[in-house]
Amino acid sequence: MIRRHLPFATVAVIALVAAPLLLEPFRLGLLAKYLCYAIVALGIGLAWGKGGMLTLGQGVFFGLGGYSMAMYLKLTEAGGAGGGLPDFMVWSGVESLPALWVPFGNPVFALGMAVLGPMAIALILGTLVFRQRVRGAYFAILTQALAAAMVILLVGQQGLTGGTNGMTNFFELFGQDLAEDSTQRGLYLVVASVLGLLYLATRQLVNSRYGRLLVAVRDGEDRVRFLGYDPALVKTVTFAISAGMAGLAGALFVPVVGIISPALLGVVPSLELVVAVAVGGRHALAGAVLGAVVMGYAKTAFSEQFADGWLYLQGALFILVMTLAPKGIAGISRSIAGRLRHARAT
Amino acid sequence: MTAFVNQLPIGLSIGAVLLLIALGLTFTFGQMGVINMAHGSFIMAGAYTAYLLQDLVLALPAAFLVAGAMGLVLERLAIRHLYGRPLDTLLLTWGVSLVLQQLARDLFGAPNVQVSAPSWLSGGVGILPYNRLFIMGLAVAGVVGVWFYLTRTGLGRRTQAVVQNRQLAATSGIDTGRIDMLTFFIGSGLAGVAGVAVTLIGPVGPALGDYYIVDAFLVVVAGGLGQLRGAVLAALGLGLLNSYAEFWSDASLAKVIVFAVIIAFLQIRPQGMFVLRSRALT
Amino acid sequence: MLELRDVQVIFDGFRALDGVDLTVPEGELRFLIGPNGAGKTTLIDVITGLTRPAAGSVRFGGADLVGRKEHEIVRMGVGRTFQTSVVFEALTVIENLDLAATFRKPLWSLTRRRDGVSEAVEEALARTGLEELAERSAGVLSHGQRQWLEIGMLLAQRPKLLLLDEPVAGMSKDERERTGELLTEIADDHTVIVVEHDMDFLRRHASVVTVLHEGKVLVEGSVDEVSADPRVQEVYLGRRAGDAVGNRP
Repeated sequence: MIRRHLPFATVAVIALVAAPLLLEPFRLGLLAKYLCYAIVALGIGLAWGKGGMLTLGQGVFFGLGGYSMAMYLKLTEAGGAGGGLPDFMVWSGVESLPALWVPFGNPVFALGMAVLGPMAIALILGTLVFRQRVRGAYFAILTQALAAAMVILLVGQQGLTGGTNGMTNFFELFGQDLAEDSTQRGLYLVVASVLGLLYLATRQLVNSRYGRLLVAVRDGEDRVRFLGYDPALVKTVTFAISAGMAGLAGALFVPVVGIISPALLGVVPSLELVVAVAVGGRHALAGAVLGAVVMGYAKTAFSEQFADGWLYLQGALFILVMTLAPKGIAGISRSIAGRLRHARAT
Repeated sequence: MTAFVNQLPIGLSIGAVLLLIALGLTFTFGQMGVINMAHGSFIMAGAYTAYLLQDLVLALPAAFLVAGAMGLVLERLAIRHLYGRPLDTLLLTWGVSLVLQQLARDLFGAPNVQVSAPSWLSGGVGILPYNRLFIMGLAVAGVVGVWFYLTRTGLGRRTQAVVQNRQLAATSGIDTGRIDMLTFFIGSGLAGVAGVAVTLIGPVGPALGDYYIVDAFLVVVAGGLGQLRGAVLAALGLGLLNSYAEFWSDASLAKVIVFAVIIAFLQIRPQGMFVLRSRALT
Repeated sequence: MLELRDVQVIFDGFRALDGVDLTVPEGELRFLIGPNGAGKTTLIDVITGLTRPAAGSVRFGGADLVGRKEHEIVRMGVGRTFQTSVVFEALTVIENLDLAATFRKPLWSLTRRRDGVSEAVEEALARTGLEELAERSAGVLSHGQRQWLEIGMLLAQRPKLLLLDEPVAGMSKDERERTGELLTEIADDHTVIVVEHDMDFLRRHASVVTVLHEGKVLVEGSVDEVSADPRVQEVYLGRRAGDAVGNRP
């Protein structure tokens, strides 16, 4: 029992106690950003790794969460200084607050929409697609098309969404100054705790009967149907859970990083997250989380050094992982552990 | 009404470009089950070939060879090892496309470049500009060529045999490895040709392929796997839908409308327009 | 219990089933035989909702099955296996059985961990003799053991009607023998339909046999009656002599 929870406990202590003490605010902020991505990755690990649904559109859900949060933040500021209108609306000549925006002035509604909005879209899309037994590559292509369409929509609706630039310049959250180190540290702790709790909940889910059913759907959808289950329902629910996680991650991302824009949620960022999960190891939830943090860190580190080199490196990394180690870091470490155990036994 | 008519050549030529791209995908995705995200980069490679040559007639065969060769190398070096794992292939080829795009940026610079259309393509008949007419002609030639290859040549028939039953084909003496190479060569080469076509209606940039590739995959989804008829109808439908949706609604809503139409279409025909019926479970 | 009337299935102009009538009373162990392409598997597909008939009716316990979804038919108490056995290799034997047994529970109640072994699973383990392998991964099972696990998964669902598609194909002699005993045992308290090629297996274990040929019911009766029937002999011998099927009456 203790042994099973020891790795998680160690990581939790490092993340919640050591990191805030040791890292300078800038680095801690970066880590918070990676942990937001890790929440999305956890959802991908569930949907793809356990459920076999390769979703290339998680950026859409991440973005919906992010924009919901950003709208709330913009409105709280505008209420004070901007005469009721967010700055970018004034610049693009919008004269009165669009009706769509009005309810987002309420933080409960905004946060609720950040999670429930993506879940609702995933439920609708999943029902329509999985019920028709559209799956595998076809599902992947459809989610990618959704991501592409979403970006074009956001860019085009300048007055509603801030267009290509998205929304930025957030100053306070729930009365706390976002520029303050203490606020950022608090945000980091919130993100880390949310990730930890979601990880535990997802692990519980995966180890439950539902998790077994999900794996069975992944490996033999038609057989599961003849066991009397409706695979479309199982897949839709799982897809919606992963969408909800991405939405929540997006909502946390905005105050941490201070911007949300179409470039952060299109086809490429969605794929990057999937690749991070693949690098970490899709079959293990911890691998997905680890992959997101490692890839996030690597991107920052290499982009700082040589801006263009990162794309070469990232490309090369996928090619290597896919051909040589399809189970990712988690797979490699598992096989090493297995060999060690074997060596000790003999 | 005039607006409706004026929009027609634009829709048809976009459909023609999509068709050329989807023809290539019909080979690699339809025949071999490989989702090749680098297909977009092959389009780009074809377009840059046209830019380097600045001669349309030379560019068409050259782009076919350049893109085809790139596809061949990709198939031999990487994809070959991942057959039966379509989703892994998708991610791998996306890695390849990242590298290729960055390479294009380093070689040709990030800003867009122009290919000057030959003088004999300026002008047009009525509402039909010659350049768009040429693209449509190219698509028709592509369809006829692919149809002829698959049904009337020995190699094409062998390709179909490999698709339908790989093991049986192998035991009856067909070198399936070579057929795979050839299939990939032709499919990627068609992407190169599509790239040349694209230069006639817009500028060339490193991310050129990204603009078309998602729609082209949707063509394959809606048209049905490995179905020539389906690809033609779906490409034209999608091209027209795209341009009319852009025209009548907001340009930014067009893609959402297209997406919704595809999802609605899948409610009626979940396996695309035309399906090869088989008695197998999956 | 199960009643098929004038069932027709057409694949691209090919009549896979051409007016099949079949009645299986409760508690019977029925064997379905016939040469390749006779329509045996198609018949099972029609009953279980995988294939929709062009015409005809399929009634089970009074209810019409045509047009229902596969999982709904399973929920009505009709279970089946496939020629190529599909068990979930990523799960253990007991998890496979448990998965099969809990199909009537609502989805949300499955989010708890499995706690012990349910009665239905215990019983299925005992009947199929897989107790020793309970905690092993299903991926390591032999071909015969997989088939038993599949039958066990069916039993754990407590269906009223079991449809088994060539359960002994590819099995060794001993395994066949054990499977035969298992079938007779199951038939005590279930209605069972078995598709089988193997005449030898039939003679040892079958009571009532239906012979399908070219999508039609050719003969129905006891094993002795059927094997003595000249039409059946012709169908089978004709095949064995390499004669093309279809030209004879």
